[in-house]
Amino acid sequence: MSLADLRDSIVALAYIVATILFILGLRDLSSPRTARHGNRLAAIGMFVALVATLMHRDVTSFWIIGIGLPIGAVLGLVSARRVAMTAMPQMVALFNGAGGATAALVSVAEYMRASGAGDAKVSMGAAAVTGLVIGSVSFTGSLIAFAKLQELMSSSPLRFPGNRVFNLLLLVACIVLGWRVSTGVGGMGELGIITALALVLGATGTLPIGGGDMPVVIAVVNSLTGLATAVTGMVLDNEMLIVAGMLVGASGTLLTLLMSKAMNRSLASVLFGGFGAASGAVATGAVARETRTTTPDDLAVALAYARRVAIVPGYGLAVAQAQRELQAIGNDLVARGVDVTFAIHPVAGRMPGHMNVLLAEANVPYERMVELEQANAAFPDTDVVLIVGANDVVNPAAREDKTSPIYGMPILDADRARLAVVLKRGRSAGFAGIDNELFYRENTRMLYGDAKGSLAAIAEALKTA
Amino acid sequence: MSRELVLAVYVFILAIFVGFEVIARVPAVLHTPLMSATNAIHGIVLLGAMLVAGHADTPLLQGLAFVAVVLGAANVFGGFAVTDRMLDLFRAGEKNGKGGHAK
Repeated sequence: MSLADLRDSIVALAYIVATILFILGLRDLSSPRTARHGNRLAAIGMFVALVATLMHRDVTSFWIIGIGLPIGAVLGLVSARRVAMTAMPQMVALFNGAGGATAALVSVAEYMRASGAGDAKVSMGAAAVTGLVIGSVSFTGSLIAFAKLQELMSSSPLRFPGNRVFNLLLLVACIVLGWRVSTGVGGMGELGIITALALVLGATGTLPIGGGDMPVVIAVVNSLTGLATAVTGMVLDNEMLIVAGMLVGASGTLLTLLMSKAMNRSLASVLFGGFGAASGAVATGAVARETRTTTPDDLAVALAYARRVAIVPGYGLAVAQAQRELQAIGNDLVARGVDVTFAIHPVAGRMPGHMNVLLAEANVPYERMVELEQANAAFPDTDVVLIVGANDVVNPAAREDKTSPIYGMPILDADRARLAVVLKRGRSAGFAGIDNELFYRENTRMLYGDAKGSLAAIAEALKTA
Repeated sequence: MSRELVLAVYVFILAIFVGFEVIARVPAVLHTPLMSATNAIHGIVLLGAMLVAGHADTPLLQGLAFVAVVLGAANVFGGFAVTDRMLDLFRAGEKNGKGGHAK
């Protein structure tokens, strides 16, 4: 066995080890107890694969890697350390966009090298164009998701007449041009046009989707980048990229479906139909109706003398950065012997599980967070439900009103508790633009104002209650 | 179809099944960390960038490869770090104590 053969074998074995670590890591990530360990296993797998690649026979020059890798690593690490947990979904979107761009660049660069050397096969050209298109779509799609979540642009759906037809035409054009490139008819000019079209497609595909559906969009572009990575692996004849990319492509797709299910939205309706667009008449046509308001002092008394209190946190809480104030109230009540739970809707926050992360950051004990079914079982026997910055996830219309656009969505049955108190910034409808029946119920009280201020006032009032 | 291509397609398809099976029972609380972790794993495309960078012989290819390596590395390192930070919070929450960010 020659030295070069030995090197090849070591690289191949390292890739197998890395693959096993990725699979075990993903498995461990599926359980709360082992999740952190799982992430570290996957990171070790990545490290093994990276080191092995430095030994790869195709890597003969190191200066680009030597300069570029540390720059990228520092960029990634610093932003990962600095980002606020509330801004996490858009951070993931940005990292995903970076991955998509990488896949596109690698596909096109490798194809250019191979066709320059005259050994580009049709299958390779097809794979390269596919990687370029999917990677580019994922890149601009991620950037739009980032901009919407970061509120650099309006979160409402942006569409123009014929949007869907336009997107379809872009895709068809990419396929036709891609065919010309891979069969050797077209050249660099076509590749440039394909890149431009795919970048536009990523944007026009995601702009019509409202901010509320952005988690699903991130899940979709995440699995797209996985797919682009796998296809890039085909361009490079590299099994490591194929396996790892497809693991993500598949698990990302499953995750997308699980999320859509939790929101009771079919994936097709997220991607092709705007939320609330058809229901505009229902939402805006509603007559102004009377709500009953309460004061921080009254509420503090109700909370202090309750036996069981459930807190329903929504994204409004995270926007107001008031998790700590909420946890302080929770602690106060627990000290008084009140049974306090945090009822978390699967899509509370901006991604499923995001609210758990935010509450954990504010030191809310894990065992106080309860999921939908458990919370709903306890509501009829709950004295006060405190709803902070949540709206659509407690709208009884989802259960009762067949004409409502959210009909059928699993909700937290806050209306079944003895008293529901809604902390809300203003009198506007929720993110989905749907009026909330709960606000007009007899056992509901409203407390308008910024969540942070309201919660601080309640905490203050609790001291004397 | 060449032998290599057939094998590549096999690997591609088998990986789909593994990807589905391995996370089939993930609870909703872990959806966000799991998405973030899979996001880091597809950063494996950095390997592709390194392979291209390792034998890029024209200024254009070198430029493309350089950008690819930087972005790929940001995806990998940032992805794993942010996931670790998230999961660290869960641990801190379990113990109900402060001291989450010891890194």
